[in-house]
Parts: sequence; C-alpha cells; structure tokens
Amino acid sequence: MSTEQSILLAGFGGQGVLFAGKVIAYAGLIDDREVSWLPSYGPEMRGGTANCSVTLSDEAIGSPLITTPDILLALNQPSFDKFIDAVRPGGIVIADTSMITPVCNRDDIELYGIPATTIAEEAGLNGLANIVLLGKLFSVAPFCSRETLDRAIEKCVPARKAHLVEKNKEAITVGMEA
Amino acid sequence: MEQATESSVVFTRPHALLPVVTNYCPGCTHGIVERLVAEVLDELDVEGNTIGVAPVGCSVMAYDFFGCDMIEAAHGRAPAVATAVKRVHPDSVVFAYQGDGDLASIGMAETIHAATRGEDITVIFINNAIYGMTGGQMAPTSLPHQVTQTSPYGRDVSSAGYPIRVAELLSSLDGVAYIERVTVDSPKNVRKAKKAIKKAFETQIQGRGYSMVEVVSTCPTNWGMSPQESFEWMRENMLPYYPLGVYKDVVADGYVDAAEAAQARAAQCPMVAEAQTEGE
Amino acid sequence: MAEKVLMKGNEALAESALRAGCRFFFGYPITPQTELAAYMSKQMPKIGGTYLQAESEVAAINMVYGASAAGARVMTSSSSPGVSLKAEGISYMAGADLPGVIINIQRGGPGLGSIQPSQSDYWQATKATGHGDFQVIVYAPSTVQEMADVAYEAFDVADKYRTPVMILGDGLLGQMMEPVILPEPKDLSELPEKPWATTGHGHKRSHNVVNSLYLTAEDLEQLNIERYERYAQIKEQEQRSESYLTDDADIVVVAFGASARVARSAVNAAREKGIKAGLFRPITLWPFPEDALKATLPTARAYLDVEMNMGQMIEDVRLVVEGKAPVEFLGRAGGMVPTPEEVLDKIEAMAASLA
Repeated sequence: MSTEQSILLAGFGGQGVLFAGKVIAYAGLIDDREVSWLPSYGPEMRGGTANCSVTLSDEAIGSPLITTPDILLALNQPSFDKFIDAVRPGGIVIADTSMITPVCNRDDIELYGIPATTIAEEAGLNGLANIVLLGKLFSVAPFCSRETLDRAIEKCVPARKAHLVEKNKEAITVGMEA
Repeated sequence: MEQATESSVVFTRPHALLPVVTNYCPGCTHGIVERLVAEVLDELDVEGNTIGVAPVGCSVMAYDFFGCDMIEAAHGRAPAVATAVKRVHPDSVVFAYQGDGDLASIGMAETIHAATRGEDITVIFINNAIYGMTGGQMAPTSLPHQVTQTSPYGRDVSSAGYPIRVAELLSSLDGVAYIERVTVDSPKNVRKAKKAIKKAFETQIQGRGYSMVEVVSTCPTNWGMSPQESFEWMRENMLPYYPLGVYKDVVADGYVDAAEAAQARAAQCPMVAEAQTEGE
Repeated sequence: MAEKVLMKGNEALAESALRAGCRFFFGYPITPQTELAAYMSKQMPKIGGTYLQAESEVAAINMVYGASAAGARVMTSSSSPGVSLKAEGISYMAGADLPGVIINIQRGGPGLGSIQPSQSDYWQATKATGHGDFQVIVYAPSTVQEMADVAYEAFDVADKYRTPVMILGDGLLGQMMEPVILPEPKDLSELPEKPWATTGHGHKRSHNVVNSLYLTAEDLEQLNIERYERYAQIKEQEQRSESYLTDDADIVVVAFGASARVARSAVNAAREKGIKAGLFRPITLWPFPEDALKATLPTARAYLDVEMNMGQMIEDVRLVVEGKAPVEFLGRAGGMVPTPEEVLDKIEAMAASLA
C-alpha cells in the first residue's frame, strides 16, 4: 500500500466537511506524519458545495489539491456525482445514503453507503453525520490509531464547544459499527 | 535701562524653522504659515518631539524648512503617513502640512478617514484655490467661474462640479476635536491664525482628537496678480465662499474630547450607549 | 524543540511576522488573504501592537511607509488587485530606502479576475512593483513551514538592506493547512537600531528626513547608482533556491510556490517511470537564483517551466539558459492549478522527443 492517502471530503457548506477534514489532518499531525489540508474557498462556501482535500503521507507532499482521491467522503448528491469518477481505481468511497442515491457504474472502487444522517439522528447525535462517516472510513481504512483519532477530536473541537467532544467520539464509534 | 531695551531681540527666526532659503514665490502665504507653525512648536517646546509630514505641492520641500524630523509623503497620503507615525510614537507631536489639491482632491479619502478615526494629529491646510506647483490648474477648492489653466473659460460647475468646503465637511465627523478656518491677510488675522494653529497643536497634545486649521490663502503667481491684489481678490471672492471661524471645538461645546462628544451625539443608539456603560 | 502545529499559510505568515517583532499591521480586506488580517486583528491588541484596517490599499501602504519611517517593523498584506493599488507606496518606500514587508496572496487576473490561486503577479513583483528604477526582494515559499520561515526572515533582510521585501504566495498556499514549527519570538530590545528614522530628534541630533524627492538630476542619479550597488550585493548574497533530483536530470522542471509542489509530484512520478527528471525551485524570485540554475546547465538537456500564469518566470529562465537547451512551458491561468498528471504528460512527451 502506498504511504500516501489522499482524501477528498465534499458536501454542502455547513455539513462539517472542513471540520471532518481537520480531524484527519490533526490525526496526521499527532502521528508526526506529513499532512496537508486544503479547503475550497470563496463564494461557493456560502450555501453551496464545500470540499476539502486532505493528504496524509510519510514523505513530503506535492500538490495539496487532490484531483484523483484515494478516498472520497461524500455528504451530498452533487458532490457524489461530481467526484465519483475521479476516485482512483481501487479507491474507497464513503457516502451518506440519507442524502445520496449512490448510483455509479464503477466496479473498480469499494463503495460503502451508510445512512449517516439518520444514524446520527437516531443516536442523538444531530449534526454529526460527518463524524459518523469519518467513523466508517476509520473502520474500513484506518488512517491512525483510535487513540490518535480521539486526541485529534479533542484538538479540533473549539473550547467553547468542549461539551461536544464526547459526542464526536461517540459518533466515530457509531460510524465504525454502521 | 532704555539702552538695554533697544538692544534686546524682538524678532528672530523661530528655532523650529531652519535657516534655509525657501522656494516660495514673492508674496506667497506659505512662508507666513510655516513660520507660525514653527513659532508654535517653539512656544510649546515640542520641536524635538515632533514629526512633520510634508505634502506634494508647492510646500513639497517643507521637509527642508522645518527643524523637526520630517517625512515627505506621496501626493495626498500625508494623513495616512501621519496616522502611522502617531501610532508608532503616540507621545510625539505629529502634523501634516497640505495644500488643497493634496488634501481635498487626491488625498480626500485619507483626509476623511484620518479625521473620522480621530487620529491625534494636526493638519495645516493651505487653501488657495489652485494647483500652484504644476502651474495653476483647477483645484477642488477653485471657485465657480474661476479661470485657471485647466478651466480656461472659468470653472463650469455643470461639468466640474462645486468646490469643497473642507472645514465644514470635516466638522461633521465624530473623530474631530477642533477645526477652524483662518487667513493671514493682515497682522490681526495672522495673530488669529497663530492662535488657531497653537490651539490645534494643544488639542493634539492633550489627546482630544483630530485637529485641523484651514488657512485661506493666495497664489499671486498663478492668479496673475500682485500680492496686494491677491489679498483683495481673496477677501472679495474666497472669504464669502469660505467663511472664517471655528467650525468645531468639542471643548467649547462642553466635552473633554472628540470621543465624549461623539458618545453624546449618538446617545440614542443602544450599541453606543452600551459601550459607554461598559467603559464606566 | 518547539511544538508542531497545524496552521493555514495565511495564519503562519501572520504569527511568524509577530514573532519577528512586527507590531504594526495596516491592511484592507481582500480574498484570499483574509485570514492573515483577521489573525493580526485578533493578536495585535493582545501584545500591545497595532492593527489598523485602512480606508484603502493605498492608505494601507502609505501607513506602512509612515510606520517604517518612524522606525517600526511593519507589514501589510493583500491579494493581486490590492497589490496593484499599493504600487505607489512600494515605489516611495524604495525611493526613501524604507524597510517593510508586503505580502501578496495572489489570485487570478487581470482586473478583478478570480479569487482562485494564481501566480500571474510574477512580473509585477520582480520587474515592475511600481514606477521608477528599483527592485524589491521577493520570496516565493511553497510550504506553510517555508511561509513561516521567510516571514520571520523578511524583516531582518528588509532592515539589513533598507528595502521593501515581498512575500509572494497564492490562494492555495494561503488557505492550506500544514504542520509548522514556528520560530522563537524575537527579543524586541535586540532589533537593529535605526538612526535614520524620524522619531523626534530631541535636540540631540540634526533633523532626520525621510524622502524620495531629489530635484537635482545628478543627485537622484547618484542615489540610484548607490541603490543598485546595494542590489548587486543582494544578488550576490540573497539568492535562494532548492534543487531536487537535478544532479543527473535530463529534464529540469523549473517552478516556484504552489506550482512547484505540483511539479514535485510530477517529477517523482516521472522518476518512477524511469525518466530522469528534477525540480529547480526558486525561493527568491528577485534576486532570481541564476547561479544555482546555471549549475544545472552542464547536465540538463531540456527545461520545463511550470507556472500558474501564461508564462512569466520563463523569461528569467531563458535568460539564464541562454539558448543552451530548449525551455518549454506548461501553464494554467485564471485561477486554475495544473495537475501533476498534466505536468507528467508534458515531461513524458519531452523525454520521448529527447530519446
């Protein structure tokens, strides 16, 4: 397996795409790996689609802009449709089937669809579908240890929202089991 | 004793004015105003603590005339430069010396914003209704029908618009503590002008807010008149358009400084009132 | 050892500038440099510094001029259209020999252009930052760590040569987060003395004048000559670059900033395919690292210049290569970022024609 993982996270602004990406990036930082995190920016952030390129590597990272991701985390239909064909053959796609009908004609990727939004709501974790999906990704393609992931969550949740740390960790667990 | 009186010095060059030959035309009022500024720096004993900012225009070489530290600014940018100098050295005295094209045309944005920020700086504004250094073009303060090189048929307000009354305009801004319009056409008015300039510097030193003195001036060379005729023309045409007087004086209005006056003016605004309570 | 933190390029520039002793920041909002100004507005009040949102880019750079004249470590940041507006003040700073740091987080142009990353201000930064005979030192970092490093160093270099220094980034570098080790904060009391600054003479010296006006042509010419002697010294001492796998490279890719990252990925991929490719990455764009690029001439059979513009640095590359090898170009413009695959395709095509 390549030492480099390129992960593209995409969805609507407000779905926590950048935050989930940040958690992955912090996990890389904690493990002392090379990391890059690049958000889309500009007017499309306001109500439109948001995406975020995260690369974890054991060597210096070249382009931080991911055009052929190893992993796609799709949170809405437009993002799924837009990026599904870009995923590298042999790559992994995690899709929130509460939001997406994951229709694609590719048989060279591993597609995991879970109704993350519904799962989150049922578990009392409203608004954490992004982290549920991250949990799923973590179970199928672990990019760090669970301990590291928990520490990354602690780093990423801002102090004024500290009460959400445990909920985020729970969302990871729920996602892993989904 | 009488002999001693006769030999005593009654008039000399201010220390804050360097013994150099200026580039001003005969009859120009710049020399008078610069001298007044220098006298004020002497009287307040602040030359060593003062940083002046010179403009682009006839007084562009003022950095060679004043004895204090001086900065030559780009055209119109003196208030921005002065702002930064004051922020770096808040205990210093900082002044900008500007003409009408510099202050009210190309530098109007910098002028208005330095004033509204309430920068503790003093601006000396020479308004002679013409661009002198470039040879007599229309200025933002040229009067309607005034003939200049670039308004050869007289300033046509239907095309060129109207002159700007700077003292009136700036006095509407909350950051301003003191604004007066003066002239220097007679010994009496020169004394009044000096008083205003001194008050402006004192306003700054006391940290009360932005201060400006507009000096209605002449340009014999580009107006094509003798110095005496220039003053006549100025009195007859400019002073009715640009009336002399104090346009803002927050202390006279009963406030400590511009900030307090601004608070009072906006007392009905809940956000402002809230900030006031927090401050107390 | 200092802790590694994850930071956006824009924030790393700001934090590093503070650690270099910068206590004055004047700016005007523009995408995609926003985080830099926001960071300054948050941090400056906490450390007794000044953040001032100016009424315009023009005012901001003239405030930089004023603060620098007053002896302070000062900086401003903007993005392409805003830097055009700053041209006036940068020229005056050069003319008055004032140090200061100007950051350009480039976006697509010309005109209002786009807000996506671009490198189309190369010419502006290196050839015509404003009117008159002058240069500014231009750094082009390509990682967040390097952004922190050059921002830290830029103030010292600016003070040393009494010249404005520009850091040329782009929207991609400004927005991305990477791990970074921040430099140690400088002791403000140990910053260099500036006896020329206008601080108030206190009757202890003659008056200082900060000025760029010289009406006597002979005087102004002499000053220009002296300034160019300083530039010659800068050219000799400040050229910086990175050479990656260039020693045996047939094809040397030349790229700076964000496009150098793309090029690096492509070079690695080419090596995997058995193509001897290397990357030459200027870190200073002015002075252009011609000595190090010249060192590749004996072995390189062809050069590929990769930029996020229509071809600007390629002229400097060609001046160094002097026709001794072909210099080809691959560029994307308007805010587009080339992909490693595009660059690899080009390298492969060049390798095929060399074979």
